[in-house]
Amino acid sequence: MNLHEYQAKEIFSRFGIPVPTGSVARSPVEAVAAAERLGGPVWVVKAQIHAGGRGKAGGVAVCHSPAAVGEVAGKLIGQRLKTHQTGPEGLPVHAVWVEEASEIERELYLSLVVDRARECLSFIASSEGGMEIEAVAATDPEKIATVPLPPDPGVPAYVTRILGGVFRMTPPQLEALSSLLSGLERCMRESDASLIEINPLIVTRGGALCALDAKVNLDDNALGRHAELAALDDPSQRDPAENEAARAGLNYVALEGDIACMVNGAGLAMATMDLIQLKGGQPANFLDVGGDATAARVTEAFRIFRANPRVRSIFVNIFGGIVRCDLIAEGIIAAFKEVAPGVPVIVQLEGTRAEEGRRMFAESRLPIETASGLARAAERAVRAAGGAA
Amino acid sequence: MSVLVDRETRVICQGFTGRQGTFHCEQAIQYGTCLVGGVTPGRGGTRHLDRPVFDTVREAVKETGAHASLIFVPAAGAADAILEAADAGIRLIVCITEHIPVLDMVRVKTALRSRPETRLIGPNCPGIITPDGCKMGIMPGSIHRRGRIGIVSRSGTLTYVAVHQTTEIGLGQSTCIGIGGDPIHGIGFIDCLALFEADPETEGIVLVGEIGGNDEEKAAAYVRDHVTKPVVAYVAGVTAPPGKRMGHAGAIISGGTGTAAEKYRAFEEAFVSVVHSPSEIGQAMSDRLKRR
Repeated sequence: MNLHEYQAKEIFSRFGIPVPTGSVARSPVEAVAAAERLGGPVWVVKAQIHAGGRGKAGGVAVCHSPAAVGEVAGKLIGQRLKTHQTGPEGLPVHAVWVEEASEIERELYLSLVVDRARECLSFIASSEGGMEIEAVAATDPEKIATVPLPPDPGVPAYVTRILGGVFRMTPPQLEALSSLLSGLERCMRESDASLIEINPLIVTRGGALCALDAKVNLDDNALGRHAELAALDDPSQRDPAENEAARAGLNYVALEGDIACMVNGAGLAMATMDLIQLKGGQPANFLDVGGDATAARVTEAFRIFRANPRVRSIFVNIFGGIVRCDLIAEGIIAAFKEVAPGVPVIVQLEGTRAEEGRRMFAESRLPIETASGLARAAERAVRAAGGAA
Repeated sequence: MSVLVDRETRVICQGFTGRQGTFHCEQAIQYGTCLVGGVTPGRGGTRHLDRPVFDTVREAVKETGAHASLIFVPAAGAADAILEAADAGIRLIVCITEHIPVLDMVRVKTALRSRPETRLIGPNCPGIITPDGCKMGIMPGSIHRRGRIGIVSRSGTLTYVAVHQTTEIGLGQSTCIGIGGDPIHGIGFIDCLALFEADPETEGIVLVGEIGGNDEEKAAAYVRDHVTKPVVAYVAGVTAPPGKRMGHAGAIISGGTGTAAEKYRAFEEAFVSVVHSPSEIGQAMSDRLKRR
């Protein structure tokens, strides 16, 4: 789960990580009031969406009066902001973060990640802050330092020394860095975060450290033990179909194409998308309907497909294991009677009792085409959508 | 021969009396697995599926001589269950449970480092099966046939697809291992490649990868340097968009790394036969074996 910058900064404050003084505002009036409360003379107004690249997209503005703060807030709130990370439709802005402007001496990069390869937490640091770390990694990989943490809680002194070296810090700054790193590490463990990123971490003209931006990703699997963090979820930042799918217990990711896929199993669902592209089509979504593909879930999936105007054919790809194909076919037929999808449906069944399942489709007299063989079925789905293959 | 499990493997189940544990243990017993008992705290001294139930893994090991454990404990308690199995001296821990918090798995892996004799498979995996010998997991036993191919995969259903094809084409499987879809997990591709390479019954290896992390790249380098048997690789997620989790917690392209294209390139550079459709796995393996 992603958090907004303002939520992340509030959490940072609780762990003693320095952030600029600021306030969240959900209307221009609130934004003006926040600016007056903070005092001037300069404020920064930042659109709150779950995506990076806001500055270049016009989502961040420097203002020199509370009235200007209100004006910017009025322009941002209620609009959709499109950045290079949001996709063409952009994300809705429901709030802005108003903060005191900082005097920046230097911009640094610091993150704490779950390090897959080393199976531990690792700090990633660079003296090149303020730009995307992927860009630094591509052009100047030697400017990025990775420092794995030992298993015990806490940040050892040597880690602070290494990162202080990367950041070229003075001894008094090292002390501030040590406290910041400890705060980050505690925040990571106590919030069950999977990523915390500060980009940029700034050194102010006065020599202090401050998290100018804040990105926190929480581990979905741990939200059960953090009710107060789970409550920070903002579903408006996701595709509405993804929210609906999640409520029905479906694993769904919206994509740009026109062939809807319904598959049991995440790996096979990805493979099905790939196969559609291989045959010249474009998948409309990733959808893992679950191992048992019950009638209720299939019905919900058909509803989601029908609500997507781009969908021109539906490809159902089921591998029957312990849950037999004939039972799954029964579910699909029941769902079809409940929600007629209105576009061609191609079903591929394989595994336990696939033959019986195919026969049930034929006998149902519903407009469902069964194909035998994964490749041929994908070709049929692509052709039915009017594509190549 | 086979790897890790066979007819002699004495298995217990943690989370034995729950719905999942009950269903899949019944299937495992029917398949012929030597399932000798189970653990459910608070149910010790009772019997379930005609096997003894114990309160702790230590007791279960003492009374049954089990050395493998199959875990169905719900996510909140699964990391604890893995550590309990390791504490009791279980050599092979297979954890089926999905949705374990990633920092719990970091803690588990740290603890297991001091126990090199303990192997963990999973979590978030279908388990391990040696056809006609031992089924520790949730895979459908009926699609397997005893044979010559070792299969290792990060995905459940894709493993079944590979199994089904190698069965249909008459090759069969020596052992199939689902290593799971989580970012931090037990044994990986390299461990399994080494086991299959050393197993006389295994003549060819199917490796099924997916986007996220760089385990496939490391596996490719390992194949190039250490594996003499034919390997066929398939990688799912060519069309997956960056930054989106595709079902499995570990299946995500982040920071521009972990793409299927990079993984395919690594396999091709290591002269591994790759297929771009899962429907070609069986045929590709059969062709490779004929060319030898």
